[in-house]
Amino acid sequence: MNEKSTIYVPVEKIGIRRRVSATLAIIGNPNSGKSTLFNRLTGLRQTTGNYPGVTVEKHSGTVQLESTAIELVDLPGIYCLGGYSADERIAVDVILGRMADTHAPCGLLMVLDATHLYQGLYLLQQLMEMQVPMIVALTMTDVATASGIDISIEVLQRHLGGIQIFPVATTTGRGLEALKAALEGVADSPAPKVPESWPELSKTADRLIEQISAPMPRIDVIQALLHPRSNLSKTLEQQLGTPPIAEARLALFADEPPQAVEARHRYQWVRDVLGEAQQQAPMLERYEAKVLHWLNQPWPATVLFFAIMALVFQAVFSWATPLMEGIDALAVAMSGWIATHLPDGAISSFLSDGVIAGVGSVLVFLPQILILFLFIIILEDSGYLARAAFLMDRVMRSVGLSGQSVIPMLSSFACAVPAIMATRVIPDKKARIATILAAPFMTCSARLPIYALLIAAFVPDESVGWLNLQGLVLLGLYLLGIIGGLTTAWLLKRTALRGPKPHFALALPEFRWPNLQTVLIKLLERVRIFLKRAGSIIFIVAIIVWALAYFPRAGAIETGMQNAIVQAETALQGEPLAIELLRIKNEAAAAQLSQSYLGQAGRFVEPLFAPLGWDWRVSAAVIAGFPAREVVVAVMGTIYAVGEQAEEASLVSKLRSATWPDGRLVFTLPMVLGLLLFYAWCLQCAATLAVIRRETNSWRWPLFAWTYMTVLGYTGAFLIYQIGSRL
Amino acid sequence: MTLREMQPGQKARIEKVDARQPGVVRLMVLGLIEGTEIQFENAAIGGDPMEVSVFGTAISIRRQQAGNFSVSPIVTNE
Repeated sequence: MNEKSTIYVPVEKIGIRRRVSATLAIIGNPNSGKSTLFNRLTGLRQTTGNYPGVTVEKHSGTVQLESTAIELVDLPGIYCLGGYSADERIAVDVILGRMADTHAPCGLLMVLDATHLYQGLYLLQQLMEMQVPMIVALTMTDVATASGIDISIEVLQRHLGGIQIFPVATTTGRGLEALKAALEGVADSPAPKVPESWPELSKTADRLIEQISAPMPRIDVIQALLHPRSNLSKTLEQQLGTPPIAEARLALFADEPPQAVEARHRYQWVRDVLGEAQQQAPMLERYEAKVLHWLNQPWPATVLFFAIMALVFQAVFSWATPLMEGIDALAVAMSGWIATHLPDGAISSFLSDGVIAGVGSVLVFLPQILILFLFIIILEDSGYLARAAFLMDRVMRSVGLSGQSVIPMLSSFACAVPAIMATRVIPDKKARIATILAAPFMTCSARLPIYALLIAAFVPDESVGWLNLQGLVLLGLYLLGIIGGLTTAWLLKRTALRGPKPHFALALPEFRWPNLQTVLIKLLERVRIFLKRAGSIIFIVAIIVWALAYFPRAGAIETGMQNAIVQAETALQGEPLAIELLRIKNEAAAAQLSQSYLGQAGRFVEPLFAPLGWDWRVSAAVIAGFPAREVVVAVMGTIYAVGEQAEEASLVSKLRSATWPDGRLVFTLPMVLGLLLFYAWCLQCAATLAVIRRETNSWRWPLFAWTYMTVLGYTGAFLIYQIGSRL
Repeated sequence: MTLREMQPGQKARIEKVDARQPGVVRLMVLGLIEGTEIQFENAAIGGDPMEVSVFGTAISIRRQQAGNFSVSPIVTNE
């Protein structure tokens, strides 16, 4: 602390880091209040990363105690240590100290939800067998009391071999101090005495241990018996040979899956414990319960789901608009300031068209993405995500996915990046990848400017019956995205990602008011990931596109422009002069772009895109849009010499009159429809590719997605143009 | 009778689970095992998936898996 300061500041406020004396892991069922408790204990002293080789988030934080600090590792919410999902395998590996880059915890903090003791005790019992010291935090006691559940902690403790149990109310913080005080002693407390729920299994394990030469912990032998295809099972087979193990399994499990037999034994024990430790008082059905019950009926629930989704979209598209316009206006003002204060040239252009435009294109989508993230987190935290998955399961099953894909799919109508990040809730790996690859097809907000421009320019503003033709085309484009995405998921689930149907065994949590602190911490975390992973890519790409469009500079065009300006200034004055000067500058910018690397690239690939009816200008704009599709309208503005901030009307008239050298129109209806389809299906977004890379942990899937969608867009545009032109 | 044939609001006790069918073990891990009392709460539109509660926890089950749970209805006098 500053020596001159005489003001007393509590140590917590200035964040002095005490020596971390021990590492504990916090574990519990999903929706048990574990995240809220973790945030309550650690506050903002958290770090997030990924476990090596998998896409499971690794959270840890420090708990500041009186004289020391404890590192707390937040393990994923799970129901059992079965090893089905990446979450469960990671939990086991971390607890047993087998996870690289993670300290082996000296003990566990098990979160037991008082309203769902049934599933909680199942996991707790498995954890006790791992012979690690632990204490239990009993959460949701207030909710339990309110719904007539009476739990005797003494009885529970007796059944759990004397484990310490601390009731806490995470909403009010009651009981938190007692829990904190106990955390310090966890590491030194003895491992719990395991309740005997399945004596045959322990006896069999002990018998096998006696026969092996190299020592193997009892928990490993038990896990090996329960999981015939695991690595542990292979290790055991190497030691003993296959026959004795197969014999032991037959005696224990007969012809049933080991986990099924395990579940029977353990839940038998859980039921016995609950019978003694928990009383359910008969409750009068309260008014709220009746309303909730009615809302859970099939039709009201489905209507409510669509109403919630409508609210999310309304928020994403209309609440964000003022912020987006503000960011846009700020970028334009800053570019204008640079243009007036710096001499024309590479530096001024780099700053205004490169850096500011680049930062602007990252930030302009941030309001929408922020709002979308916020809603996804609130849906998660309130427990509604599972309910939505339940309601939409039938629909998603028709393309081989489960209901858990529905929120990511819908989110991608705003932006594929948060949508792909939201696929982590899908436990089935193949279903998750299929969802990730389907998401970029949905019409995101970056596609709308180009749709709006081309539709306004080339689709007649006529009525078809009582529908508007322009509106119909836009609707058609949305449908194209949906069809493209769902067909892709369906095809992938039948070919590269074929596997057993994703099972849909899902607990449906009760509605809970989201915890503000948890929501804000998660929101900050996801925005940070977006800015780091996607934002940096968008920015770099914007700079590259700027350089391609700016270099090389032709001196002749520059001199020609200066001469034309001098001539105009002698011949004209007032408003006609201003208009003429703007025209000269736009013409010069178009001429410069025409001979820039981007213009050259457009000419180079023109033969490739000619069968689609595109000239070099359209080709150059499309190339510029591959890294980020939202730049296309601005590039077209420059190419067609109306300036990048041009009024839509002037660009529209230029597009309408653009011709091939032989005088044919470039923008015919078949060409425009093909171009629209290309934009609907092509993956023109480097940020999406970067996020697919992060979420699938390989380059294989982003490369596949890019190639597949480009080929699909090209083929579609080709067919429409070729067939349309012959009609 | 199986869980599949239950009516909304009806209570029953699970008698036998065919654990060898795909997707059933996962439901057993969530606590749907022999001897437990369950209630069929609601279904999504079209009756699939079904929402079943066990010891106060609601669990989502697809109809296909529900057919692997034999149950006997519990008659309550309310």
